[in-house]
Amino acid sequence: MSETVSEVAQMQRNGDEGRLARRRITQHFWFNLFRFAVLINGLALFIIVGYMVYYGLPAISWDFLTGMPTEGGLAGGIFPCIVGTFYLSIGSMALALPLGVAAAIYLHEYAKPGLAMRLIRLAINNLAGVPSVVFGLFGMAFFVAARDLGGLGLGVSIAAGAMTLAVLILPVIIGTSEEALRSVPDTFREASLGLGATKWQTIFKVVLPAALPGVLTGSILSISRAAGETAAIMFTAAASYNPRLPASIFNEVMALPYQIYSLSVSSTDPEATLPLQYGTSLVLITLVLGMNLVAIVLRSKLRKRLVR
Amino acid sequence: MYFLVTEALPTFTGFDAMGEHHSGVSFIDFIFGDRWMPVSENPRWGILPLIMGSVWVTLISSAIAIPLGIMTAVYLAEIAPPKVREIVKPMVELLASLPSVVIGFFGLAVVAPIMLEIFNIRFGVNMLNASIMLAFMAVPTITSIAEDAIHSVPDELKEGSLALGATHFETIRRVILPASLSGLSTAVILGMSRSIGETMVVLMVAGGAPRIPQTIFDPVRPMPASIAAEMGETSFGLEMHYFALFAIAMVLFLITFMFNLLADHIAHKYKQVGSATL
Repeated sequence: MSETVSEVAQMQRNGDEGRLARRRITQHFWFNLFRFAVLINGLALFIIVGYMVYYGLPAISWDFLTGMPTEGGLAGGIFPCIVGTFYLSIGSMALALPLGVAAAIYLHEYAKPGLAMRLIRLAINNLAGVPSVVFGLFGMAFFVAARDLGGLGLGVSIAAGAMTLAVLILPVIIGTSEEALRSVPDTFREASLGLGATKWQTIFKVVLPAALPGVLTGSILSISRAAGETAAIMFTAAASYNPRLPASIFNEVMALPYQIYSLSVSSTDPEATLPLQYGTSLVLITLVLGMNLVAIVLRSKLRKRLVR
Repeated sequence: MYFLVTEALPTFTGFDAMGEHHSGVSFIDFIFGDRWMPVSENPRWGILPLIMGSVWVTLISSAIAIPLGIMTAVYLAEIAPPKVREIVKPMVELLASLPSVVIGFFGLAVVAPIMLEIFNIRFGVNMLNASIMLAFMAVPTITSIAEDAIHSVPDELKEGSLALGATHFETIRRVILPASLSGLSTAVILGMSRSIGETMVVLMVAGGAPRIPQTIFDPVRPMPASIAAEMGETSFGLEMHYFALFAIAMVLFLITFMFNLLADHIAHKYKQVGSATL
């Protein structure tokens, strides 16, 4: 035993440093793996959008956007689809927004917590998780079906489709509106009540205006969800070929997402309409991603304002 | 829900709203029957192949989406510098907002031919293709919920661990992830629930064969695909096929309902109130 105390300490320190280096390498490895995961996500978005732009852009022209489809939808423009998607998303919004905001106001400003509230919240959360095809079936059995079969007898129409989509986006609107109401500081409410305003005046004149940007963000996200939804309108509103603009809300319409679906799975030579499919997809994702970008920018501005 | 049940019930009772008789099927035979042949001369109403299709597609897509989603969440919440975060977060949200029909179309038009080329198989539209597409739809859901969970871990825990000499990665693995486990499970459950209910992707790229799959390259027909594909062929409220599709929707609804209940239960029971609860 010729090692001195200081030598032993030195060896120990070396061992510690070795172990520390190994721990650093482990950390390095895992952190790079995490970065790699993010990279895969980014690539997925980039590749999908890239493909649509690369193959879709050549198909897009003024005639494509504003023309009527010809040859059973296998050629020509997609104007009726754009109009149909517009009607469906605006219609569903017009139905769901007042209802959703009212529900959010009740849930956040009036309701007392308790078992009933917990159940209502659970129901709303579950509604948000229901598969869209189930909403489609519900819409078909309730809105589309003839009166003697237990439905409202609207037929396959814009009205039925918009109502189905409204039910689908309602939970999203309630959720985001409630979030917006929650972000309004209680001092606002107290100040207004302190000035002698009634509870209703406080909500209408103070809380709602303050929550408006948040509600707006939620609405934009919901519209984009409604615009991209296919399964819910398949049996309630969509026509695969209808080269006229809808005359009333009781007509069936073409819609962008359904057009993509019906062209890409049609038995008559889907290869031949590939440019058409890419073009329609590009229009749809431009619409949807554009709306989402607006919502994201709006929200980040909102956050900055709240921080200040 | 009421409609789902009333429209589905004739499957099992054999009588529709008009009191007309159809050949009903028992609930057990419906769930565990291994033949789905709704339009044959001698129709069979077993949805086991459809359930297995859904289960396998969901499992495979989860195997891809869960690691990817949680790793992305950890990166966003713990590692990313603020500048990178501001780019990556919207990117994940945009990925979430891609319409499912576009992802389905991508799988059909781009991924399927590539798969045919690489694996030398008979069908480009198959279980693996659908699973990969579904995975990229589930990742944003998992990421955003998991990130919230990781964020809500109290700073004291993290600081305590770092002060004891643990590296950042050791802190993440041994302190932050266990502390946010309930949130992470919620994220995973909701992600899976989204995969199992997603319709357009499985309708377009899963292949549509109502058989119990043997390999990951077999075409399958998950429940939502079956409903969407066959509803157009049935006559409204008048035949067994129609009621059976509603019964499938009911099964689907119950499955996602249970997933959501479970997520809600976990979120409530293991609610992180403060560092004191650990």
